[in-house]
Amino acid sequence: MKLRLIGVNHRTAPVEVRERFAIPESRLPDALQSLCKYPGISEGLILSTCNRVEFLAHPENGSEADLRGFIRQYFSVDPTDFEKYLYEYHDDDAVRHIFRVASSLDSMIVGEPQILGQMKDAYTAARSVGAVNSRLDALVTRAFAVAKRVRSETQIGTSAVSVASVAVELAKKIFGELSGKVVYLVGAGKMSELAARHLLAHGAEQIMVANRTYQKAQDMAEAFGGQAVLFEQLYDTVDKADIIISSTGAPHFIFRREHGEAFLHRRKNRPMFFIDIAVPRDIDPEMNKLDGIFVYDIDDLQQVASRHIDDRRREADRAEAIVTDEVHRFEERLKTLSVVPTIVSLQQHMEDIRQAEIERARGKLGPLTPDQEQALDAITRGIVNKVLHTPITTLKTAAKDPEAGTLIAVIRRMFNLRGSKEEN
Amino acid sequence: MPLLWLRVATAFYGLGLLHAFIALTRRNETFSRIIMPVMGLGFVFHFVSLAEGYLEAGRLFPASIHNSESLLAFLLMAFVFGAFVRSRNNAFGIFIFPVVFLLTFSAAVGQKPPQFTSPLLRSGWIFIHVALIFTGYAALFFSFAASLLYLMQQRSLKSKQAGGLIARLPALETIDQIGYRSLLLGFPFMTFGLIAGAVIAQSTFGPAYFRDPKIVLSVLMWAVYVVLLYMRWSAGWRGRRAAYVSAFAFTTALVVWVANNFSAVHKFVER
Repeated sequence: MKLRLIGVNHRTAPVEVRERFAIPESRLPDALQSLCKYPGISEGLILSTCNRVEFLAHPENGSEADLRGFIRQYFSVDPTDFEKYLYEYHDDDAVRHIFRVASSLDSMIVGEPQILGQMKDAYTAARSVGAVNSRLDALVTRAFAVAKRVRSETQIGTSAVSVASVAVELAKKIFGELSGKVVYLVGAGKMSELAARHLLAHGAEQIMVANRTYQKAQDMAEAFGGQAVLFEQLYDTVDKADIIISSTGAPHFIFRREHGEAFLHRRKNRPMFFIDIAVPRDIDPEMNKLDGIFVYDIDDLQQVASRHIDDRRREADRAEAIVTDEVHRFEERLKTLSVVPTIVSLQQHMEDIRQAEIERARGKLGPLTPDQEQALDAITRGIVNKVLHTPITTLKTAAKDPEAGTLIAVIRRMFNLRGSKEEN
Repeated sequence: MPLLWLRVATAFYGLGLLHAFIALTRRNETFSRIIMPVMGLGFVFHFVSLAEGYLEAGRLFPASIHNSESLLAFLLMAFVFGAFVRSRNNAFGIFIFPVVFLLTFSAAVGQKPPQFTSPLLRSGWIFIHVALIFTGYAALFFSFAASLLYLMQQRSLKSKQAGGLIARLPALETIDQIGYRSLLLGFPFMTFGLIAGAVIAQSTFGPAYFRDPKIVLSVLMWAVYVVLLYMRWSAGWRGRRAAYVSAFAFTTALVVWVANNFSAVHKFVER
């Protein structure tokens, strides 16, 4: 497939360069139209996110899609100034790149699924202005299917890779559903706020906040629609919570083993999940030894997160293999399609000859009986089919080989075929 | 015919055994996905086998030791499916499938086993007694398996090394809920089963039955069951302590099962 792709992404270019090329959603239809109107380009797609800007084009027959020229014109810049930031892919490599991007193999955090949604938006925008037609349509829908296959056949996107989402994942491992669970913030910091927000988004019911400065606790409780607690009442109220996020600036442990024992007793041994994001730590690690209490400090969470990132890298290798396989399949399907027009016009050509010859025979033989008509038709049809049999099967089998193009050209010349030339 | 269907079911359950081994050593998504349908097929054949067996015998009581094994395995499978419907997770099978396989295997390959010949067994009451107690056994064993799963999950959460098999276990609280419910469900079955047995024995043997070793052990097992339930209900015992008590209850149940050999009341085979 003839394709051109040019772009910048988070790996090749700093944000100052990326934002130079970024196209906001409002200007996207206009940009797509300019892209398609640019000489030599028949179809185009623009993907512009905070991590990448990419231009994809399918060239018109017999011409090269000059995307650098388009960039020069549209952004009024000289692409050579940005040479070291730009990457460019042609044909098969462009197909592979599109498949990799859709499968989130080219993302900053490999396996994060947002890019697929962004690509779908880009595709919808391009379709609505008619920038995408049959060629790119086939490619992009295939890319979505590849992304789906990668997601279902590998575990690339299954585990949490940020501290806050690891906390949510662990809470779910302990409590199952988070609905009805109470989250207790001890100390009101940025990090605990983020974790609380995540937990709430996943169904946690209520937030309680205790802070040495009561005013701060009140502010934060208000922000979450929760309840502020006096710091003096901390030990009497913590057992009401299932998930405790501690981030005070205290120089010593706030929760020790004996506190944990008391909480468990009052809670009838229902489990508790302590998240300690304070440095120095707020929670005595001894508490983790109690049946039913789980203590994770910031290092533990980070370790889980980085282990998950390693897992994703391993899964990414399997995903790359899937992409390679899919690129191969895609090319093969296109090639099979490429011989179809030749076969059709070959058949049409022979049918024309046959009809003409029958007409001439009629002129010589005079009126024929229906039986004779039928026999004449059958004989000529038989000859045509026998003659065409070998060329057609050869074309079909050759479609998958690189020599298909030559063979098509030879057959077209030998039979003097006109009409639509095969494209690609 | 019932034996043939049972053998087919056993073959399917054999895959369950394999699943348990694989699940404990490495992760295999494909196998884990197909195992429940496969076991479901086995379950259907198992049901056909049981139904045909009882139709052929013309009465409800399991006619031999092998029939009882088959019935117990069937009840255990029913619990696994119940837990699967509730949690969409087949981890409970890790402990149950091997036991189910052993029970059905022993029932399926056995030569003609000694038939229970005691005329006592003609009564429909006996079937009720046996079915109730077996359901109680199955529930007890199932909650024991659940507490083992609970321990595995708790250990992995504490060690902070989540991954592999652990990643696929149900949440801690879900395991606990399922284990507790199974315990609750089993209790009335066990209780009424014992009462039914006592009523039958009273009318057949008179008061002497109570000194029978099997009866004494059964009552002991029931007492452990009550303790287990009470501690879970009042103090919320779970995890290690719950696992110890239910392991004890389960061992008692096994001993009770073996005690058949020394029991006059439960001697159904003429020797």
